[in-house]
Amino acid sequence: MSEPSNTGTPDFSNWSCPLPLADYPTIVMGHGGGGKLGNELVEHLFLPAFRNPELENLGDAAVLELSSGSFAMSTDSFVVQPLFFPGGNIGELAVNGTVNDLAVSGADPKFLSASFILEEGFQLAQLAAIVQSMAAAAASAGVKIVTGDTKVVERGHGDGCYINTAGIGLLRQGISVGPHRAQPGDAILVSGTIGDHGMAIMSVREGLEFESQIRSDCASLNGMIAAVLQATGNAVHTMRDPTRGGLASTLNEIAISSNVGVAIDETRLPVRPQVQSACELLGLDPVYVANEGKAVFFVAPEAAECVLEVLRGHPLGRDAAHIGHVTTEHKRMLVARTAMGSNRVIPTQIGEQLPRIC
Amino acid sequence: MKYLTEFRNGEIAQRIAREIQQAVTRPWKIMEVCGGQTHSIIKNGIDQMLPAGPEASIEMVHGPGCPVCVTPLELIDKALAIAAQPGVIFCSFGDMLRVPGTDSDLFQIKGRGGDVRIVYSPLDAVDLAVKNPDKQVVFFGVGFETTAPANAMSVHLAKRRGLTNFSVLVSHVLVPPAIDAILSAPGNKIDAFLAAGHVCSVMGYWEYPPLAEKFRVPIVVTGFEPLDLLDGIRRAVLQLESGRHEVENAYSRVVTYDGNRAAQKLLSEVFEVTDRAWRGIGVIPKSGWRLNKDYRDYDAELRFHITGIHTQESPLCHAGEVLRGAIKPAECPAFGKECTPRHPLGATMVSSEGACAAYYNYGRFLSAEELASAGSGLSGAAHV
Repeated sequence: MSEPSNTGTPDFSNWSCPLPLADYPTIVMGHGGGGKLGNELVEHLFLPAFRNPELENLGDAAVLELSSGSFAMSTDSFVVQPLFFPGGNIGELAVNGTVNDLAVSGADPKFLSASFILEEGFQLAQLAAIVQSMAAAAASAGVKIVTGDTKVVERGHGDGCYINTAGIGLLRQGISVGPHRAQPGDAILVSGTIGDHGMAIMSVREGLEFESQIRSDCASLNGMIAAVLQATGNAVHTMRDPTRGGLASTLNEIAISSNVGVAIDETRLPVRPQVQSACELLGLDPVYVANEGKAVFFVAPEAAECVLEVLRGHPLGRDAAHIGHVTTEHKRMLVARTAMGSNRVIPTQIGEQLPRIC
Repeated sequence: MKYLTEFRNGEIAQRIAREIQQAVTRPWKIMEVCGGQTHSIIKNGIDQMLPAGPEASIEMVHGPGCPVCVTPLELIDKALAIAAQPGVIFCSFGDMLRVPGTDSDLFQIKGRGGDVRIVYSPLDAVDLAVKNPDKQVVFFGVGFETTAPANAMSVHLAKRRGLTNFSVLVSHVLVPPAIDAILSAPGNKIDAFLAAGHVCSVMGYWEYPPLAEKFRVPIVVTGFEPLDLLDGIRRAVLQLESGRHEVENAYSRVVTYDGNRAAQKLLSEVFEVTDRAWRGIGVIPKSGWRLNKDYRDYDAELRFHITGIHTQESPLCHAGEVLRGAIKPAECPAFGKECTPRHPLGATMVSSEGACAAYYNYGRFLSAEELASAGSGLSGAAHV
């Protein structure tokens, strides 16, 4: 298998639309029609950005050379609004989201597909910026985008740009992780501050202006996870990236899948002061707010210190914390010890968190 | 977070809790009026820190101070009917969207194409009206005295700007008449009240001494952080144990006796007192505000003439008794069975401030012993 190339990352900072794309500064229906316009989009935008041998064949399917072993596959669709937010954009999310889903499954992410659903009238310059970010995110994660598709929907039938990515990763030998493998006694670690992505999105979506900008934590975690697995291997029982629904939903899911109780100490949860303040203001709880660059680890208790050290030694894990443990008590429930010394059940939310009246 | 973390200090909380333990000699029932206080009590486990012996105990009873819970079904149905109309932008605070009307809720109306939007301030709705002159923008103005000044300001601004496409569906309710109604009800069991700190930040607490005198109950103006609540409970207990019935202010960093005079002036300019129906409780005389004659043009109920509303509450729901403090949420036969946050029968199961939802979410099916063992499990683990 050829290693992904880290060279040739396109620089779009001075990107301008080469002819004939310049004839159409916005997406028109023809860009999804399978004809010349669509080909031009591939030739002038996607190919230069994502260039790799598998993609360059431009066949109906990418042909991949894979070593023998087990593979993980995952897919995710991205519909975030706004498309650009402090700390990232939909393109970065689309790459990192699928990379992270593979990484927390114990796989080494290798190849991605990227499928775009564009709304008629969408600015080509914005699409270029998104594609550029995807290329940069893929290069940084060491994955190749090897196949893709573009469809265009009529104005009013989309939200500018939707992206679906699917990915394939090679499962690491000797690693067996899963949401059902958490065991009583396991230490629970989170790789950094919670709630950054959700509050970054909310701060721009709702037009709320805070004194200091909250940035999304959007990042690919495969490098950090590889470091943890290399150091501790089988001591890691469960890994998840707590995205939508936040840390609380992820921990509840694991409690149910593994038929164990999850106990955390609220005072140990890493939360940025500006995120906590914004949550207080809106009546939200950071444990339910989305993350896009954090992982939760359930590890054998004797490996907890080692994992914490590895995490804190990685740029994405500097704020990692040991937040709780797995217990045989209160099975299938997440219980938090509050700052008051009392306990509260943290349930799964029914839908999205709603800001309270007062 | 200045002014928040100071009031979440676990050690001081334990100290106040011990003082309360030492002071209590009998069973007392204390009602916290405001849903925000209920939320904080359950979220912080304050109820677990209070004495619960057979002879000396404190039972916190959750009052009717959740605007989502007490807004009458008929008004929710009117909101749904208006929100479903083409050409309307219907603006609401977030947690009203899931409140069940007779057949539907605002989320479902949105799903069927209604333009329903969550706003954080009624002034955002005024801005929407300015930006969308071809649409009718309606704000769902529910809440107690706390949210009333901003709602009054929105109508005031709309009138000053000459906006003809802005209106408010008003259902404001008032705390003092509700306390009066609860204490006057036959079989009342409430010994003391924690008055709602944010309501008092607007209105002051000059309305409460006559109530404390008439019903001989202590009323303590109380905030929302754990230490605020524990201090409010401590003061109420000390009064009860020494046979006093006074109005005390335990939230003096925010509340003054007079309250916010500028806000009160605006309120009296825009609103007038009216009888109001409270969901689950019934009509309480002079317990709400409506737009007065100078501002009636901005009343969405008059602008949209919604008729033919036939409301039907679930016969299984005992929300009214919960709101009056007559039963605990878990004593309702439907609690956790037919009625859950996923399929709420009454509004108290919907709002995060609603007593039933707070019970379900944070104390869900856990007995005191189970919670205690969860605690020992935590503290017993050397690595946490």
